[in-house]
Amino acid sequence: MSLSRETIVVIITFALLAIVPFIASLTEVPFYLDLGRRMMILAIGALSLNLIMGYGGMISFGHAVFVGIGAYVVGICAEHEIVSGFIQWPLALIVCAAFAFIFGAISLRTRGVYFIMITLALAQMMYFLGVSLDRYGGDDGLPLIEPSNFSGLIDLSEKTSLYYLVFVLLLLCLWICKRLVNSRFGMVIQGARSNEARMQAIGFPTYRYQLTAFVIAGAMAGLAGVLLANHTDFVNPDMMHWTRSGDLIIMVLLGGMGSLAGPVVGALVFILLEEALSGITEYWQLIFGPFLILVVLFARGGLLGFLEKRKTSEGEGD
Amino acid sequence: MTEALLKVENLRKSFGGVLATDNLSLAVETGQIHAVIGPNGAGKTTMIAQLAGALSSDSGRVLFDGEDISALAPPARSRRGIARTFQITSIFYEFTALENVALAVQAHDGHSFRFWREVRNEGRLTDPAQAALETVGLAGRANIVARNLSHGEHRQLEIAMALATKPKLLLLDEPMAGMGAEETQEMVSILKRLKGDHTILLIEHDMDAVFALADKITVLVYGNSIASGTPDEIRANEEVRTAYLGEEGTAN
Repeated sequence: MSLSRETIVVIITFALLAIVPFIASLTEVPFYLDLGRRMMILAIGALSLNLIMGYGGMISFGHAVFVGIGAYVVGICAEHEIVSGFIQWPLALIVCAAFAFIFGAISLRTRGVYFIMITLALAQMMYFLGVSLDRYGGDDGLPLIEPSNFSGLIDLSEKTSLYYLVFVLLLLCLWICKRLVNSRFGMVIQGARSNEARMQAIGFPTYRYQLTAFVIAGAMAGLAGVLLANHTDFVNPDMMHWTRSGDLIIMVLLGGMGSLAGPVVGALVFILLEEALSGITEYWQLIFGPFLILVVLFARGGLLGFLEKRKTSEGEGD
Repeated sequence: MTEALLKVENLRKSFGGVLATDNLSLAVETGQIHAVIGPNGAGKTTMIAQLAGALSSDSGRVLFDGEDISALAPPARSRRGIARTFQITSIFYEFTALENVALAVQAHDGHSFRFWREVRNEGRLTDPAQAALETVGLAGRANIVARNLSHGEHRQLEIAMALATKPKLLLLDEPMAGMGAEETQEMVSILKRLKGDHTILLIEHDMDAVFALADKITVLVYGNSIASGTPDEIRANEEVRTAYLGEEGTAN
C-alpha cells in the first residue's frame, strides 16, 4: 500500500506541530507555542467550514460567528463564575448548534448569492449584538479571568498542556470529518452539492441533511471558539466580524476546498504568511492578495490539490 | 380492463400567458410502455416535471396507484415509486458510475442520518447498484468517474439511477436524445428488456423507437392530448398527420 500525498502531508504537518513546544523551549521563543496554537485552533474552524462549503457546497460568509459564540459562552460563563470546563464546553457546543440550527434553517431556504448574503447578514447581526452587550464588555470585549477548569484533569493555564489539548482535538476533528464525509450522510451532502435536483428526483429530502451538516459545522466551529477564548484569555466581538469569516474562507480555498486536510494546511500557511509578511510591511495583504490569486488561478484544488496528482478516479476502493 | 397505474386528470400549467399543459388527461396502464409524442414545445417535458413533482400544477390531479399525489414534492413521489430521467443529462459528474447508482439505492434504504460507517464498502448499496448498471450495459464501467463517460453512457447511467430506486413507474424524458444510430439501437433493446417488469411513460422524438416500443401512444400538441391509441391507430390518424405536417410547414 502506498500512502497518498495528502496522507504524507498530513503526517509531516502533525509531526511538525507535535515538536513545536520543544522548539519553543529550546529556542526560548514562547511565541512559537502561541503561534502554533492559534494555527491549530483556526484549522479546526476551517475544517468545520470545509464540511459545509467544500463538501456541501454551502458557501457561508458568516462562519466565524459560531467561533465567536463559542468563545462568548466561555467568557460569559466565567463572568458569572461558572468556570468548570465540564459545564462551559458542552454548553458552548449546544448553544452553537442551536444558533446554527436557526441560522441554517433560515439561510438554507435560499441558494447561491442569497445564501452567502444571508449568512453574512446573520453573522453581522450577532457581531453588532456583541458590540452592544455592555454588560459583557461591549466593543472592548471581555477578559477571561480564569481559563476553563477541568478540576485537575488538565490545567489549561499551563500553556503547553493547552497546546497539546488543541493538538489532540484538531486530530479528533479531522478524524470526525473523514468519517462523516465517507458515510451515507456525507454522500448525501456531496450529492446535493453536485446536483440538488437529481437528489430530489431520486428521493432525498435534501434540506434536512444540509441543515444537519450546517449544525455539525456550527458546533465544530464553536469548539474552535472555546479554544480561542482559552488561548487568548479574551473574548471580543471582532471574533465574529465578517472579515474573520473571510479569513476562514481563504484558509479553505488556500489549502484545498473539498479535500480533507486542505483546510488544516490552509490555516497553517495563512497564519505563517500573515506573521512573516506583517513583519515586512504593515500592509501585508498587499503581498498576500496576489499570492492568493495565484493559488486560486493555478492550483484550483488549493495547495493540497496542487501536490496531489491529477485525480482520475477519486472513488476507487482500497 | 387493467387498472391504470397513473391517472392524469385535467392537468394545467401556464407560464405567464402561455399554456404549457392545457387540460391534459391520460392514463398509463400497469406493465405498458406509454409513449407521448408531439412537436417541439408541445409541453412534454413540462408534463414530466409536473408528474415528478418538480413543477407544481395550476389545476388538475395526478393519481398514482389510486392515491392523489398532486401536492407531493419530488422526494415523496420518488418514495411512492415514481422515477424520472432528465432530457438534459442530470447526474453526479464527480462520482463514479457506481457511486451515482449506489446513491440512488441509498435514497430508498431508510434514512441517511448515518454518520460513521464507510459507505463504499456497503454491499447493501453497491450490490443492487452493480446489478442496475448491468441491466443498462454499464457493468464494466462502474469505477469510471461519470464525467469521463460518453454521452450515450450518461443516458444509460440515467436509466440505471432511475431503476435503482425500484420504481413502479419510469418517466423517461427523451432517453435517446443526441444519440447515434447504434446507441439508439442499444437503448431500444434496454427498454425492451425493462418492458413487462416496469411501467414506462416514454417521451421520445425518434419515431422508429417509439413505434417499436410503445403499447400506447398519446399525441401532445400545445399541451393538449389530440389523440391517444395503439401505434396502428395513431399511424392512421388524420389529425396527427396534420399536426406533424403543419409543424413542418411552419418550422422556423
